[in-house]
Amino acid sequence: MIKAAYIHIPFCEHICHYCDFNKVFLKGQPVDEYLESLEREIKMTLNETPTKHLETIFIGGGTPTALNEQQLEKLCQIIKTHLPYSDETEFTFEANPGDLFEEKLQILYHAGVNRISFGVQTFNEELLKRIGRVHRAKDVFQSIDSAKKTGFKNISIDLIYSLPGQTLSDFKETLETSFRLDIQHYSGYSLIIEPKTVFYNLMRKGQLLSPGEDVEAEMYEVLMEEMVKRGFEQYEISNFSKPGCESKHNLTYWNNEWYYGFGAGAHSYVNGSRISNHGPLKKYMDSVNDRSLPILEKHLVTKVEQMEEEMFLGLRKTAGVSILRFKEKFAENPLSLFEIELKTLIERDLIQVTDQQICLTKKGRLLGNEVFQSFLK
Amino acid sequence: MNLVLFLVGVKRKTMNREERLKRQAKIRNFSIIAHIDHGKSTLADRILEKTNALSSREMKDQLLDSMDLERERGITIKLNSVQLKYKAKDGETYIFHLIDTPGHVDFTYEVSRSLAACEGAILVVDAAQGIEAQTLANVYLALDNDLEILPIINKIDLPSADPERVRNEIEEVIGLDASEAVLASAKAGIGIEEILEQVVEKVPAPTGDPDAPLKALIFDSLFDAYRGVVAYIRVVEGTVKAGDKIRMMATGKEFEVVEVGVFSPKAQVQDELTVGDVGFLTASIKNVGDTRVGDTITNAKNGATEALPGYRKLNPMVYCGLYPIDSAKFNDLREALEKLELNDSALQFEPETSQALGFGFRCGFLGLLHMEIIQERIEREFKIDLITTAPSVIYDVIMTDGSQLKVDNPSNMPDPQKIDRVEEPYVKATMMAPNDYVGAIMELCQAKRGIFIDMQYMDETRVNIIYEIPLSEIVYDFFDQLKSNTKGYASFDYELIGYKPSKLVKMDILLNAEKVDALSFIVHKDFAYERGKVIVDKLKDLIPRQQFEVPIQAAIGQKIVARSTIKAMRKNVLAKCYGGDISRKRKLLEKQKEGKKRMKQVGSVEVPQEAFMAVLKMDDNGSKK
Repeated sequence: MIKAAYIHIPFCEHICHYCDFNKVFLKGQPVDEYLESLEREIKMTLNETPTKHLETIFIGGGTPTALNEQQLEKLCQIIKTHLPYSDETEFTFEANPGDLFEEKLQILYHAGVNRISFGVQTFNEELLKRIGRVHRAKDVFQSIDSAKKTGFKNISIDLIYSLPGQTLSDFKETLETSFRLDIQHYSGYSLIIEPKTVFYNLMRKGQLLSPGEDVEAEMYEVLMEEMVKRGFEQYEISNFSKPGCESKHNLTYWNNEWYYGFGAGAHSYVNGSRISNHGPLKKYMDSVNDRSLPILEKHLVTKVEQMEEEMFLGLRKTAGVSILRFKEKFAENPLSLFEIELKTLIERDLIQVTDQQICLTKKGRLLGNEVFQSFLK
Repeated sequence: MNLVLFLVGVKRKTMNREERLKRQAKIRNFSIIAHIDHGKSTLADRILEKTNALSSREMKDQLLDSMDLERERGITIKLNSVQLKYKAKDGETYIFHLIDTPGHVDFTYEVSRSLAACEGAILVVDAAQGIEAQTLANVYLALDNDLEILPIINKIDLPSADPERVRNEIEEVIGLDASEAVLASAKAGIGIEEILEQVVEKVPAPTGDPDAPLKALIFDSLFDAYRGVVAYIRVVEGTVKAGDKIRMMATGKEFEVVEVGVFSPKAQVQDELTVGDVGFLTASIKNVGDTRVGDTITNAKNGATEALPGYRKLNPMVYCGLYPIDSAKFNDLREALEKLELNDSALQFEPETSQALGFGFRCGFLGLLHMEIIQERIEREFKIDLITTAPSVIYDVIMTDGSQLKVDNPSNMPDPQKIDRVEEPYVKATMMAPNDYVGAIMELCQAKRGIFIDMQYMDETRVNIIYEIPLSEIVYDFFDQLKSNTKGYASFDYELIGYKPSKLVKMDILLNAEKVDALSFIVHKDFAYERGKVIVDKLKDLIPRQQFEVPIQAAIGQKIVARSTIKAMRKNVLAKCYGGDISRKRKLLEKQKEGKKRMKQVGSVEVPQEAFMAVLKMDDNGSKK
C-alpha cells in the first residue's frame, strides 16, 4: 500500500544560484494548464494504482507558494478530490519566506495543510543576496509569526551551510538567530555545486570561494552539537526535530518505502519501480493531455538493488537499518549478506552493529558516502 | 593499415632487360618533407587526386595517415607508399612512388630510411611561418641521402603569407636554390601540376642493374593477421618475385617470397619488383623483428656481398613501467604488448615487479610520443586501464669497484656509497624562434641544465639556438614549456649525442612512511630540494584525502628533503535534499565507487593514476598547468 505522495510545483519567481531542481521562471508560464495536467496525472495514477489512505502529502518545488490564491485553491481542490487523506495525514507545504501572507495561509490551513517548511537557508543578508535569494531575514520572522497565528503547529526550516564566503561564525550566528523562531523541525543541508547552476559556472571560472572540506565538517559538527543542546534530535543525516515532530514524509524515503510522485520532473517509487517524470513542462503536459502517464524512465528495482538501497538509505537514519525488518522484507540476514563489508566498516570505526540495528558511528555520520558505497555491488 | 587486405590481382607480364631499363627511366621516387602542420598530408592528398589514384568516393581526407590515432594527432606514425601514374606534359606516362615519412623527432631513423628509398624530396615550407627546426632536421636527412630537393612554398593563399621572405630564407638558411620553388596551396589546389612536372624534370630516375644480385631496402613493415609481416621495400638492384629465396642481410634469416606488389594505393600483387620499384613483399614472416627497418634483402644464394649503407638497430631512448590498475589484467597486458610488438619493432618490454604496483612491464620507447601512443592504444584498443610510471632514460652507473651498470628504472639505482659516478644521455637540441623569445628560451634551457652551444640569426627576426641538454630533462615537460614560454612560436628538434657524467641522485617518495618504488626518480643534486618540494606538494593535490592523515616525504637516501601532508578526510556524506530522487543518489555513489576502482592501493593509501605521472609534469615554480 502506498502511504506517501509528493507533488511538484516547478515555478519560481526567482532562481537561486545553487538550485538544480526542475523549475522555470513563473512569469508567462501556463500555470493553470499545468494544474489541470497535474489533476489528470493524479487521476490516472490513482486509477491504475489506488491507495486507501495517505499518511503523508508533500508539496514541493520550485516554489509552491509562488502560486496565486486562485491557483492555490485549485491545487488544494485537486488534492482533496483525488487523494485519500485525513486529519491524521502529515500534509506539508514548502514555502518561500517572503510569499506567505494571511490569505494564502488561510487557504492552506483550511485545506488541511498542517506542516510548513520554509526555505530560509541563512540569516546573513549578504549571503542571501549572494546565493540569489530575494527574501530578507525579517521576512522569515514575519512569515513564521503569521503561520503560527493562523494555527500551524508544525513548522520546519531549511538551512544551507558551506555557502561560498560563509565562515564558521556566520553559520553559528545563523543558527543562534534561528533558535529564536521556536519551531519544531530543521533540515540542514551542505551546499553541493551542481551542473547547470549559476554557482557551477562561477566555480568553473574559479570565481567561487567555497569554505572547503574542513570548514564544512566543522559547520556540520556545530550544527549537530547545537541541535542537541536545544533539544532537537538528529534523526537523519540532515534532519533534526523536537520529539515526535520528525518528517514522516522524508522517513518514507529513508525507510525505502513506496511513494507517489506527481508533476513535471517528479520521482516516484510505485509497485517496485522507480519512475521519473518528464521534466520539461510542455513534454509533461502533452503526455498527460494525451492520456498517457508522463514517464521518462521506469526501472523495476531488482531484489539486490532493493537490499542495497535498504542499507544506504536506512543508514542515513540515526536509528539505522533494522535487522529484523530487513529479514522480514527480504528473507535474508544482512549480517551475513554484507559480512565482509560490515567487518571492514566496523574496523574503520564507521558503523556499529547491535542486536537489532546497524547504524553509523559518529565518525561514520561525517563519512557517510564511504559507508554507503561499500554496499553497492 | 587494412589497405593490405584488399589485394587486387592485376598482373603484368614478366619483362626482359630492355623493357625493365626502359621502364626504370620513367620511375620517379620521392618523399614529402615538412614541419608538422605545414601541409604535407594535404599535399599528398592532392597529388593522389591529380594522378587519379582514387575516385573521389574513396578519397578520405589525408589518406596516407591511416591509423585513427594518426588522424587524431595529425601526425604520421606508420609509413605508407603509393605507386601513381602521371601523364606529363611531354606526353609520356611516368611511374611515381610517393613515400610518406613520419613527422616527429621520435622517428628520425625511420624518416632517414624512407628517404633512402627515394631519389628526390619535395620540401614543403609554410609561406607564413617559414623554416622551422623540424624542416631543417629533415632537410639535412635528405641531403645526407643525396636527394634532389624541390622546395615548395605552401599556403600562399593565407593572408599572412610572405612567399618572397620564405624564398630568401630557404636560400640563406638551407643554401638551396629556391628560384624555381613552386608557390602552392595544397588546400586550394594551386600549383599541384607544376610540382608534379618538377618531379618529372628534376628527380633523377633510379640507377641500378636489374640483373645484378638483389638489394632491396626495408623501410617499414607491418604485421597482417593473414599474411604475416608485410615488408615495405625499395628495390635498389636486381629483381624479386614470388618463389624467390631471400635472405635478410642483418639478421641472416632466410625466407621464401610469397608475393610481391605495389600500393596504388590499394595493394596490387605484381609478378616482380625490379630496380626503382617501391612496394611490398610477404614471405610468411612471423615476426617484425625479422624485417628490421634499414636492413637489406638479397638473394639467399649468390646474394649481394655488401648491404646498403645506413642500417642500425633501433634502441629505445625512454623507459617507463606499465602496470594494469586491476592486477588480474597482467596477462591481458602481456598479450596487448605482444600484439603491438608484432607491428612495432622499436617497442621493447620485459616483466618487472614493483612493491607498490605489483606485476607489470618495463617498456622501452623511441621517445615520449611513441610512449604515449602505445599507452593510448593499450587503453583504447585493449581496454586495459594502466598506471604509467614517470619515464626514465638509461643511466650509465660506474660503480666504485669499476663495474658498470645500466639503469632504466630509477628504483634500481644502487646505493650512493657504491657509486663512483653516473652518466646520462645528452641531446643536441635545436630551437628556432622569433628573436623576442631568445631570453625565454635560454632561461628555460639553463633551468633544464642545458649547455649553450651556438646561436645564429637566420634573418633579422628569427634565431636558431643550439643547446646540449640532458635527455631526461627533455623527457620531462621541456617541449610543453618551450611552447608556452614562446607562445607556441618556437620549434624544436633534437638528436642524441652521447653520455656525460652528471651529479645525479635518486629521490624516493614515501607515502605514509612507506617508500613507493614506482614514484622514485633521478634528479640532479642541485635541483633535488626544489624538485622534492614541488613533487610532494603536487602529490598532496593529486591524492585524495584518506580516512587518516597521510604524510608525503621526499628523501635522498635516509635524508628527508621535503614534506607535505594530505589531511584526513573530514566529511563526504551527501547532506543534500534530493527529494525522492533515489536513482540519482545511487548513481552518485556508484560513480564514487567507480573512481575508487581506478585507484591503486599502495600500502594503506589509495593513489590515482595521475599521481604516478606527477614527476613528469613538474613545473619549476610548482604551479599546476
